Amino acid sequence: MADLENFRAETRAWLEANCPPEMREPVRGEDDIYWGGRNATFKNDAQKAWLEACVAKGYTVPMWPKEYGGAGLSAPEAKVLREEMGRINARPPLSSFGIWMLGPALLHFGTEGQKQRFLNEIARGEIRWCQGYSEPGSGSDLVSLQTFGEDKGDHWVVNGQKIWTSYADQADWIFCLVRTDKENKYGGITFMLFDMASEGVTTKPIKLISGSSPFCETFFDNVSVPKSYGDDVPAYVGTINRGWDVAKYLLGHEREMISGADGGERAAAIGAAMKRHAAKTGDDIDPVLRAELAMFDVDALAYAAMGEKFLDEIKVGKAHPAQPNMMKYAGTELNKRRHELVMAVGGSRALEWESEATENGKPSKAWLRTKANSIEGGTSEVMLNVIAKRILDLPGA
Amino acid sequence: MPLYHNDDQAMLADTARGFIAEEGNIAKQLRHWRDRDCKDGFGHGLWKQMAEMGFTGMLVDEADGGLGMGHVEAGIVLEEIGRNLTPSPFLTSSVLAATALKHGSDDLKGRYLPGLITGDSVFAVAIDETAKHRPERITTRAEKSGNGFKLSGAKSFVIQGASADMIVVAARTSGADDDADGITLFAVPKDAAGMSHDAVRLVDSSMATHTKFDGVELDGDAVIGEIDGGRAVLDAMLLAGRVGAAAEGVGVARGAMDMTVDYLKQRKQFGKLIGEFQALQHRASHLYSEVEIARAVTIKAQQLLDGGSANAELMASVAKAKVAKTARLAVQEGVQMHGGIGMTDEYDIGLYMKRDRALAEFLGDAYYHANRVAELSGY
Ligand SMILES: Cc1cc2nc3c(=O)[nH]c(=O)nc-3n(C[C@H](O)[C@H](O)[C@H](O)COP(=O)(O)OP(=O)(O)OC[C@H]3O[C@@H](n4cnc5c(N)ncnc54)[C@H](O)[C@@H]3O)c2cc1C
Ligand SMILES: Cc1cc2nc3c(=O)[nH]c(=O)nc-3n(C[C@H](O)[C@H](O)[C@H](O)COP(=O)(O)OP(=O)(O)OC[C@H]3O[C@@H](n4cnc5c(N)ncnc54)[C@H](O)[C@@H]3O)c2cc1C
Repeated sequence: MADLENFRAETRAWLEANCPPEMREPVRGEDDIYWGGRNATFKNDAQKAWLEACVAKGYTVPMWPKEYGGAGLSAPEAKVLREEMGRINARPPLSSFGIWMLGPALLHFGTEGQKQRFLNEIARGEIRWCQGYSEPGSGSDLVSLQTFGEDKGDHWVVNGQKIWTSYADQADWIFCLVRTDKENKYGGITFMLFDMASEGVTTKPIKLISGSSPFCETFFDNVSVPKSYGDDVPAYVGTINRGWDVAKYLLGHEREMISGADGGERAAAIGAAMKRHAAKTGDDIDPVLRAELAMFDVDALAYAAMGEKFLDEIKVGKAHPAQPNMMKYAGTELNKRRHELVMAVGGSRALEWESEATENGKPSKAWLRTKANSIEGGTSEVMLNVIAKRILDLPGA
Repeated sequence: MPLYHNDDQAMLADTARGFIAEEGNIAKQLRHWRDRDCKDGFGHGLWKQMAEMGFTGMLVDEADGGLGMGHVEAGIVLEEIGRNLTPSPFLTSSVLAATALKHGSDDLKGRYLPGLITGDSVFAVAIDETAKHRPERITTRAEKSGNGFKLSGAKSFVIQGASADMIVVAARTSGADDDADGITLFAVPKDAAGMSHDAVRLVDSSMATHTKFDGVELDGDAVIGEIDGGRAVLDAMLLAGRVGAAAEGVGVARGAMDMTVDYLKQRKQFGKLIGEFQALQHRASHLYSEVEIARAVTIKAQQLLDGGSANAELMASVAKAKVAKTARLAVQEGVQMHGGIGMTDEYDIGLYMKRDRALAEFLGDAYYHANRVAELSGY
């Protein structure tokens, strides 16, 4: 305990010295988020300085081991760091699918060579990754995917199409599920890593209801993927044809992250903030809306407790392995309700799509974006199927 | 503190689960006493057994002969009581009255706690005066008279009021009906003259009373805590009771859910087990999620209360409200998914619905507590 308190004091001092004031502001627009990658540019010097300070300290990936670019923090220390960053509203120095998704999979399944190379690149924000899972005919039924990699000895020739590939047009590399055995449904998928600049890879952005285009259709036309990038650096994670295990592991992480189980804003109560907001704009919250806010807060605070319990149980291996599905389901449905209420409190003001007052439609765009929460990373219906089958053990599920 | 049971608590949970499932199950207790039209609505034999198990005095300090455990432990027992719909004075006696008595004089403790610990005594609490829980407003009056007080007024929904050896009564000793101050708590013995109990059986087969106090004369030493300063004791008692009721509600929800999921695996229609129908699977999975969440926040509230956190009050209301919503869902889905059989007295699922209804009203329903969540959050 005393150690943790020391760590807190040190962290506080370090943040004080290293986190520029401009980085202690809420994220207002997409360009406030730094995604890294070969073509990344910094919005300003503060963003750059903040990233560099965090990279040097291992704080872009605090819990990863030091040899892979992390700070090697324990879970309680990482919690202290999160709390201290939260206390000063520090922006995340680096956002990336490499950190959230590929990294955990590599830590678990990767070779030493892969870890040395890819994890360090991810931690420094040098390579931006995207996730190539979904296909036009394979969404919820992901294992039906058709993108095919023909074995040519030292390389595969990959053909097919992916869809909903978030930020594919800005990504440097893709982690991608490719069928390498047509006879074997689950046992015929390989988890490949390759460069988006490879010949034959093209992307086409898809515009969303929120007006932005964060994801793409991704096409592979005779893309040559080598089987190895050097000594102990295979181009696939885990074993050839056993990529489904990696994919499932990674989906667990993705679901956990999307669920907001770590107590992010999704698990917070909003009634008091909404009241302050309404008071500022001179609006009223009518009693029925107040009642809905109160019921929402009950659910949100209860969910926050669940998130805490879930993380505590994961640490000691007590959580049911299918529990992330439950967290994802409940957390995303809750987040959609949250934004419905935010819009209701905002009234006509929240409808402004392009105005300074709404920072260009921030509330309405956020509201629309949340509708994807119960689709991305597996839909709510699929989560409920998994709970029925793996937790409740219902027949035929 | 991690949000799960430590080894000692897990062991207690195992013990409590086995014991209450064996001795406190629906056939042995709830149905047994109901079918005999038992005037107490619960069995004293089981209460004595619970004493032998060490449950009755869990929240009583060790110095006073109890086990000095916390609300997490009491919650473990309550969850099993809820799961088995076990009629028992545990919540009123071992949680509510025991919490009030913590603030009592040594004399009061000496008079009442030994009986509680041995299971020879049963206590009730008389707070509400209207059909809805409104402890902010106390109109029952206790006027100074000689060395003591004269108690006048009426209380409703006094669970086990007629069978209790002592009732903790919240009365007004000064001020106006809605004042926070001016409340005093009294330990009113069963045989106090001028007290009358109009006993009624409730929907869940428990017994409650409308209790009248017609100039009941009380000694000064019946006072629990400070004269006029009883609000703090009342609040502490309510807080413990709400967290306890939430734990029992989690048990009710889990019991109803387990029965229902079991039924889905047995009942065949259209040539299939009904559990194969996705329409029912999804509802069962949703219910499971809600029950897990309700349980998590209940443990959170228990831990905060045990830790003396300022946040305990807010989280107690969150827990009580969340559990009320969840248990309601569990019993409604339970009866519905049982089909016609769910409407019969023979099947237990309907008993869960009845218990939920009564438990939800006790110490404030989901609306009351959601409103408190709003107030405590400043809106
Ligand atoms: C914002 C966003 C970002 C995304 N990012 C990526 C990404 O980076 N990479 C990537 O590979 N994919 C990504 N996806 C794709 C996402 O994983 C899929 O959209 C998701 O898995 C659902 O597949 P689908 O869209 O094909 O819907 P479908 O599978 O066609 O589902 C349509 C509807 O049918 C329901 N349904 C389907 N099967 C069942 C069933 N068995 N039982 C009951 N109901 C069922 C679904 O719940 C849904 O309501 C992203 C999606 C979104 C919205
Ligand atoms: C008060 C009362 C009075 C009645 N009076 C009469 C009467 O006078 N005459 C008479 O003949 N009958 C009567 N009934 C019987 C009534 O018609 C049946 O209870 C009803 O048809 C449901 O059948 P079940 O009870 O066998 O439930 P089940 O069919 O066993 O259903 C159990 C659960 O499974 C669900 N389920 C079943 N099949 C599916 C499916 N394919 N997809 C999704 N969910 C499914 C049901 O909705 C239900 O939730 C009465 C019932 C009640 C409760």
